[in-house]
Amino acid sequence: MSKTMEPDLHEPSAGIPRPSAQKEWKHPSDHWMRGFILDNRAALGTLAVFIVMMAVFMIANPTVFTTWYLYRSVLTTLPVALFVVVPLVFVVTCGEIDLSFPATMGFASWVFALVVQAGYDPFLGIAAALVTGMLLGFLVGSLVVYGGLSSLIATLGMNFLLRGLIQIINEGKSMALTSLSDSWAYTIFSSQLLGIPVQIFWAIGFVVLSAMLYNRHRFGAQVRVVGDNPDSAQQMGIDVKRVRVKVFVFVGIGAAIAGTFSVMINFTWWPTAGDGYLLPVLASVFVGGTPTWGGIGTVVGGAIGAVTVSFIQTGVVAAGLSGFYVQFFNGLIIILSLLGHKWNQARYR
Amino acid sequence: MAERLIELRDISKSYGQVYALGGVNLSVDRGEVVGLLGDNGAGKSTLIKILSGVVKPTSGEILVRGKPVTGWSAARSREAGIETVFQDRALAVQQTIVRNIFMGRELTGFLGFLRVNKEIEEASRLMREIGFTSKVFTPQSIVGQLSGGERQGVAIARAIYKQAELIVLDEPTTALSLTETAKVFHFVRQVRASGRSILFIGHNIHHVFDIADRFVVLDRGKVALTTDRSEVKSAEDLINFMEEVAHPGGLAGLHDAGDAEQRAR
Repeated sequence: MSKTMEPDLHEPSAGIPRPSAQKEWKHPSDHWMRGFILDNRAALGTLAVFIVMMAVFMIANPTVFTTWYLYRSVLTTLPVALFVVVPLVFVVTCGEIDLSFPATMGFASWVFALVVQAGYDPFLGIAAALVTGMLLGFLVGSLVVYGGLSSLIATLGMNFLLRGLIQIINEGKSMALTSLSDSWAYTIFSSQLLGIPVQIFWAIGFVVLSAMLYNRHRFGAQVRVVGDNPDSAQQMGIDVKRVRVKVFVFVGIGAAIAGTFSVMINFTWWPTAGDGYLLPVLASVFVGGTPTWGGIGTVVGGAIGAVTVSFIQTGVVAAGLSGFYVQFFNGLIIILSLLGHKWNQARYR
Repeated sequence: MAERLIELRDISKSYGQVYALGGVNLSVDRGEVVGLLGDNGAGKSTLIKILSGVVKPTSGEILVRGKPVTGWSAARSREAGIETVFQDRALAVQQTIVRNIFMGRELTGFLGFLRVNKEIEEASRLMREIGFTSKVFTPQSIVGQLSGGERQGVAIARAIYKQAELIVLDEPTTALSLTETAKVFHFVRQVRASGRSILFIGHNIHHVFDIADRFVVLDRGKVALTTDRSEVKSAEDLINFMEEVAHPGGLAGLHDAGDAEQRAR
C-alpha cells in the first residue's frame, strides 16, 4: 500500500501501479442482474404486485381488459397523479410529509383558469400556475421548517386553509374554459398521439427526470442524507433547512403541473380541483415501496404504485364487481404491498 | 516553529446559566498531533463542536492560518481544511459508503448531476489509503451493514479526503471492542504518516499518549494544563495530574485505587 498522499483528484493508478488493488473492489454479487435486482428490489416488488393484480383482473374479465378504451381512460387521468406522487417520494424520503398538495393543485390551477379566462395565452397561464405552485410550496415549506412545526399537522392545516380561501372567493362556482380546445397548449399537453393520450408522455418524462434527480443528482443525494440523519448532514455542512424547503417547493411545482393538466382534460376548473387526489396519491407513494421512516425511497416504485392504485378502481368495476368493492380492494392492495415491502427491505440503524 | 494552522482564542460557551467553556485557548500547528484530555463534562465535545462550526461560541475568536474568521459554520470549517470525525460518527447508515464519504461535498458535473464513477473511484482510493479494504464490502455497500470499527473507518476515510489539513478525532474508540479499537488506531497511524495535523480527543490516556506530540487538559471548561510530550515522563504522570486537578488535595484513597486500575489496563 502506498503511504504517499494525493491531495488532489489524481487517479489512483497515476502513482504506483497496483494491478491487484482494483480487483478487490468487485461487487459481491458477481452477475450484473443480481446487483440490479438488489438495488431496485422495492420498485421490482411493486411491479410484481401490479402484474399479479392485472393478471387477476384479466382472468376475471378477459374481454374488457383487452380493449384499448380501458387503458386510454387510465392513461388520461394517471399522469395527474404521477406529477404529485413523484415529488412526494422526495418529501417522504426527506423525513417529512405534505398533505397540502390537493389545495396547491386547486390553487395553481385556479390561477391558470383565471389567466385563460381573461383571454391570455394558456402558456402564460401555465407559467403563472407554476410560479403559484412554487410560491405555495415555499410558503408551506418555510412554515414547517423555519416555524419548526410538525409537517403532518401544518400541511394538513395549510390544505384546509388554502382550500377554504378558494371556496370563500369563488363561492363554489366553477369556471368553464372552452377556449382551451383550440389552443396550442391543448394540442401539446392534452391531445392524443396515435390514439395514446399525450399526457402520459409528459408524465413519463417527468418520472424519468425525477428519478435521475433522485438517484444521480446532488439534490437527491442531499435529500436522502437529510432524511437518513439530519444531524450528520448538518455536521457535514449541508444546509438541512434549505434542502427541506426545496422538497416542499418541488411538491408545489408538481401539484401546479398536475392541477393544470386536470383542468385541461375537463376544460373546466372546479373549486374542489385536486381534492380527490389526497389519499390515492399518498397510498401510491407507500405502495410504491418508499418507507415512512425517511432516508430511502424509490421514484420509479412510486410511479408503479400510482399505476397500480389507478387501475384498482377501473379494474374492479371492469372485472364485473360492483363499485362497492373498490374501497375493499384499495385497502387490500395497500396492506399486501406494505407487508411485501416489510419483508423485502431491511431497515439499517 | 511550524505554521500555526488553527487557533481558538478565549472561547466561551454558555447554555443559559451554565458555562460549558470559560475562556479556552487552543492551537494546533501544521503536522502536529495534539491530545485533548479531560473528564466527562470538561467541555471537550463543546470545544470540538465549536471548532467544527456546528456550535457557535458565546464569545471568542477563531483564527485560521493566523487570520481571524467571521461567519464560522460547518461548511466554512470544512472549506478551511478541518475535518471532524464526530463521536457519533455522523454517518447516514442507510446510504452507501460512497454517499457518506461525499456527504455535503458531492462530486458534480453537468447541471449538478453526480459524477458517480469518479466518486466510486475516489472512495476506493481513500479506503485503500487508510488500509480499510475487504473482499466483502465495496464502496457501494450500505453503511448499516458494517461493524462499528468499519463504520469508524468510513468516517475517517471521509475526513482524509482532499486537502484536509487538520483531522479532529472525537473519542474515536468509544464503544468499540479491542480488535476494532486496534483497527481504528491502524487508520489513525495511516493519517499521521501522511503528515496531517491531528487533534485527538480521548478518555484513555494510554491511547493518546502513544501518538500525541502535545497534551492539553481541560477541566470544567478551562485549560488546566498544556504540555509537550517531552515534558511528561509517562502516561501515569499525566493521569496523576488530571486526578490532582479533578480532586485537589484529598481523596488519597481514591487516587490509589484509580492509579492501580489505570496501570492494570
